Amino acid sequence: MTTSDTAMAQLSTGERALALIGGEATDANLRRYLHGIPGVDAVGLEQRAADLGTRSVKTSSKKWAIDKIISLIDLTTLEGADTPGKVRSLVGKALTPDAGDLSCPRVAAVCVYGDMVPHAVAALGSAHSAGTDAGVNVAAVATAFPSGRASLAVKLADVHDAVAAGADEIDMVIDRGAFLSGRFGQVYDEIVAVKQSCRRPDGGSAHLKVILETGELNTYDNVRRASWLAILAGGDFIKTSTGKVPVAATLPVTLSMLEVVRDWYRLTGARVGVKPAGGIRTSKDATKYIVTVAETVGEEWLTPGLFRFGASSLLNDVLMQRQKMTSGHYCGPDYVTMD
Amino acid sequence: MTRLAVPKTYKLYLGGKFPRSESGRVYEIRSHDGEFLANAAKASRKDARDAVVAARSALGGWAGATAYNRGQVLYRIAELLEGRRAQFVAEIVQSEGVTPAAASAQVDESIDRWVWYAGWADKYLQVAGNANPVSGPYFNLSVPEPTGVVAIIAPQTGGSLLGLVSAIAPALVPGNTVVVVANEAMPLSAISLGEVLATSDVPGGVVNILTGSPAEMAPWLASHADVNALDLVGAGDLDWIHLEIDAAETLTRVLQPENGPDAASPSLARILAFTETKTIWHTKGLI
Repeated sequence: MTTSDTAMAQLSTGERALALIGGEATDANLRRYLHGIPGVDAVGLEQRAADLGTRSVKTSSKKWAIDKIISLIDLTTLEGADTPGKVRSLVGKALTPDAGDLSCPRVAAVCVYGDMVPHAVAALGSAHSAGTDAGVNVAAVATAFPSGRASLAVKLADVHDAVAAGADEIDMVIDRGAFLSGRFGQVYDEIVAVKQSCRRPDGGSAHLKVILETGELNTYDNVRRASWLAILAGGDFIKTSTGKVPVAATLPVTLSMLEVVRDWYRLTGARVGVKPAGGIRTSKDATKYIVTVAETVGEEWLTPGLFRFGASSLLNDVLMQRQKMTSGHYCGPDYVTMD
Repeated sequence: MTRLAVPKTYKLYLGGKFPRSESGRVYEIRSHDGEFLANAAKASRKDARDAVVAARSALGGWAGATAYNRGQVLYRIAELLEGRRAQFVAEIVQSEGVTPAAASAQVDESIDRWVWYAGWADKYLQVAGNANPVSGPYFNLSVPEPTGVVAIIAPQTGGSLLGLVSAIAPALVPGNTVVVVANEAMPLSAISLGEVLATSDVPGGVVNILTGSPAEMAPWLASHADVNALDLVGAGDLDWIHLEIDAAETLTRVLQPENGPDAASPSLARILAFTETKTIWHTKGLI
């Protein structure tokens, strides 16, 4: 690190952002900064992602990857038809993914709507991490998920409720309309305000994941700008998608976000997490993401604190692969739970 | 100017598509007198796995179709096979070294077999189902239901087309989906049958045809937990006892090998072999 980098590392997040963008977080300053970031070479990015996807992971490495994938999953149910019973069974699966093999690791978190947080916390009981490193986290989507079309007061109340109910992580959505029309200051201020609302009375704070909804951002340049914006505003994680629009996580998009996280780490020494969500259904897909993370930001990112998969059906496919590796014969969906 | 020959690439038939083997392997197909005919895809265990996935996802639609509709689709296969009879006769003559008359007779019999089984689609239920007498105010009905995904080792001797048709048609009648390993030495008509199936209203994934080594793929299909029934009709030369043991580990229904010219001869028993009987009680109106 150079002297200026060391100085950067000593600043608080807010001060660091202001130092970088050279002034207050106004639309004009943010636009100047974000549009000054070099553009993305889309062809190169897609080719790099495709190359990383061709790595062959076999035998003991594959076994390691499978257990790693499980421990990085945010097991998710985000449906209008969710019930407390469904959340309880989701928690059961999070704690014991494979009832036939207790050596199978637990998932990192369960991800639910805000009103389901109390049920998830109750179902987890003593297995709830509640701010410690051990156990399973409860993540709640908030801020008028998935569209984000509500007033700031409503969004903050949404966050506050979820945190008060015991959520350890908040998945917020950015206002894509504001972002796409260039009102970067508004997006920035909202993220800062939500981050404030993540504070708990005991002095701790719920982790903030900022959903960029890359499927609605249209270009890789926008994805890169939105990633910078979310990190500057203090997001602990940047997350690709809500899973509610047709285009969800893709490998190139995740790679470009990882590159921003890498650049931020080089610049400030601070580590920000990445969460691809939506559309990752097979263990083969997930393995490609593991390879991409290790090759882009390094293996130290492969911990639940810095990388997550937002997924629901992925876990079953990974469990089937795991059973195949243990038993030596191909497994079928009859041997994992129906969700 | 002489015209260049355009040889056909014989590929697998998986999930309604014609992919090459994921392994990239091929093997030489030779005629009865040793002349080179074609390179066929040599499927690997992963192709077999993909075929089971395709068959599983096609099961709901095929089993859920009405019996009448299934019969119509099977009859349509016979119609299209009739339209391409010349191609099948030529392939059988080439690969089996039989006379055109014998090849033609085999194609006739294959077409007739489709028609025969198509007819059973909406009739076997009446024969195999039953209204059971019970001493109470209930209807008690037993109805056969499809077993699920059926893996088949097609007959490896005898007619290459007829053997394949005789093995897959009865499994399709009640609504099962099929993964079949074709005749290893003579797979050409199996792949051509795939082309017929692809254009005859059979939904993609209902029949999946693998060419290659039955000895290599059969153990994986037998032990596969998502295969519900295993028809070993053409597995007589394999270590089929062990295949049966592997299949038992995951409660797979098994049909043992058959040899000779009557292997897989048409019968209602072959249809019912791939069904499970469901018995339901239902109250009668008490007024």
